[in-house]
Amino acid sequence: MSELSEAPPSLRSATVRPAPGIPPALLWALGAVALLLPLFMAESFTLFQLTTAAIYAIAILGLNIITGYNGQISLGHGAFYAVGAYVGAIMLDKLNLPYWSTLPAAAVICGILGWGIGRPALRLGGLYLALTTFSLAVAVPQILKYRGIEEWTGGVQGVLVTKPDAPFGLPLNPDQYLYVLTVLLALGVFILARNLMASRLGRAIVAIRDHALAAEAMGMNIANIKTATFAISAAITGLAGALSALAVEFVSPDSFQASLSITLFVGMVVGGVASIFGAVFGGLFVVFMPNIAEGLSKSAPGVIYGIILIAFLFLLPGGVAGLLRRLGARLRR
Amino acid sequence: MNGFLHQIIAGIATGGIYASVALALVMIYQATHHVNFAQGEMATFSTYIALTLVNAGWPFWLAFVATVGISFCLGVLIERVLMRPMDKAPVLTHVGLFIGLVLVVSNLTGWVFDYTVKPFPTPFFDGPLLGGLVSGHELGSTAVTLVVLGLVYLFFRHTSLGLAMRAAAFNPVSARLVGVRVGWMLALGWGLAAAIGAIAGIMVAPVVFLEPNMMLGILLYAFAGALLGGIDNPLGAVVGGFAVGVIENLGGTYIVGTELKLTLALVIIIGVLLVKPSGLFGRVVLSRV
Repeated sequence: MSELSEAPPSLRSATVRPAPGIPPALLWALGAVALLLPLFMAESFTLFQLTTAAIYAIAILGLNIITGYNGQISLGHGAFYAVGAYVGAIMLDKLNLPYWSTLPAAAVICGILGWGIGRPALRLGGLYLALTTFSLAVAVPQILKYRGIEEWTGGVQGVLVTKPDAPFGLPLNPDQYLYVLTVLLALGVFILARNLMASRLGRAIVAIRDHALAAEAMGMNIANIKTATFAISAAITGLAGALSALAVEFVSPDSFQASLSITLFVGMVVGGVASIFGAVFGGLFVVFMPNIAEGLSKSAPGVIYGIILIAFLFLLPGGVAGLLRRLGARLRR
Repeated sequence: MNGFLHQIIAGIATGGIYASVALALVMIYQATHHVNFAQGEMATFSTYIALTLVNAGWPFWLAFVATVGISFCLGVLIERVLMRPMDKAPVLTHVGLFIGLVLVVSNLTGWVFDYTVKPFPTPFFDGPLLGGLVSGHELGSTAVTLVVLGLVYLFFRHTSLGLAMRAAAFNPVSARLVGVRVGWMLALGWGLAAAIGAIAGIMVAPVVFLEPNMMLGILLYAFAGALLGGIDNPLGAVVGGFAVGVIENLGGTYIVGTELKLTLALVIIIGVLLVKPSGLFGRVVLSRV
């Protein structure tokens, strides 16, 4: 319960220590094999799902930085995801730019947008921020459908995109190439995020969450750091959005309903609040759980989502990452 | 000009619905300092209960009273089972619980009562009044909202239970010292809010038709109204709710068009929070650091 606000677990998670007795190199090699295996084993739909899971993991990581580490609760990160996806799709379809340029562009534009939203958000604490960002999430599909920008967004129809082919004559089909690209980008973003949270700025982000007054007394500029955190978080989620446009090959207002933001939030709690690695479990959870639950009933995914969310808050407030951490600590003893 | 007048009156009528949901939000806020995201979904669920009773042949007002009673009990139950153990948990946990509640209640509603849009009967005279300016239902539901507001006011002002509830929210420690059972007061606050939400749901259903996501937009407007009036002031919430109804109708007709109506709620919320965070009637809260 109180683990959500406790500093030590989150600080500890910033430095991942491998279990004793296993050399780090072996762990890396095992990880690489596990990531590459689906390329040869999985059929294309499973590969697509894994790609989507990796994309969601990036988006959840972005949400976790602002909500988990900085304590600013956002229920509207689907908005940044949507903007990222639309930036990507418009650059590809309307401006005929190369696909690789859409990714940094989406991140930068969402970062600027996050900066712009982070400023007024400074005035809102806790529940107010949550509800305001949620109303942003609800408004996004409407704004995307707005007739004044239909020329760019395609209105209700959305925009069609094609998957990029593998460069340098690599023997991969577009699905496989996108999987590799997503996993590599995810890896890069996760390492960057880990380093960020271990850095001076990262410690400041956590300190502001845990005790804003003390942090201010220590000379941290709360307003600037909070806004910057919002920008970083939005940029990461925007990058995920741009990747999703490539993976799904289609963007439309209805893909970015308010439930997307809720999904990201649930993924964050299940994976582990204030945990970098937890976002991976979050991504896998939000992609694969609905598939399993849909077999029961149309409403089952929603009900099960809700029950799992509440169960995690009661029983495993540290999420899957917290559970693994506890198991690891027990093994090491 | 007649069109303009009609828009204002129609705005007041929808505003009455926002006002009653806003009132429920403020009730919970006063009693617990929470803003319950699941308020709308709980109200929708209650409305389905009312419809089930009416379809089973109950007279409307009997079904109304029974539904309000059932909703009250459900509200108390949710507080006891879900919120109580998490009393001391950080805000993020509370937000998580509310989200969980929204997901469970809204999908359960769809699961149990299916997703088809259902008409809902109105207890009032259903036809135009005052030369077509207002329908009987609009007039009736506005009256119900005002009656509920009056009852809530009397309850908080002139009963010892109401006083105890205010005390429990204002200063839990001192309230407990003088013998107020703070925990039960919180549960009571949830129950009352659920009951008021049920009334709002029953009043809105004949207008927008009953479906599981009926209250989502309404909740956001109500939140905007509650903020506009001041989140800690029941009267402010009602005034704010009516004001948002009028703003929404006029803005939708003359400025942004119906497509961007929900965005208008977002603009109101952000505008209030930026310009006057305490709302029109709210107290400015100062905290000692």
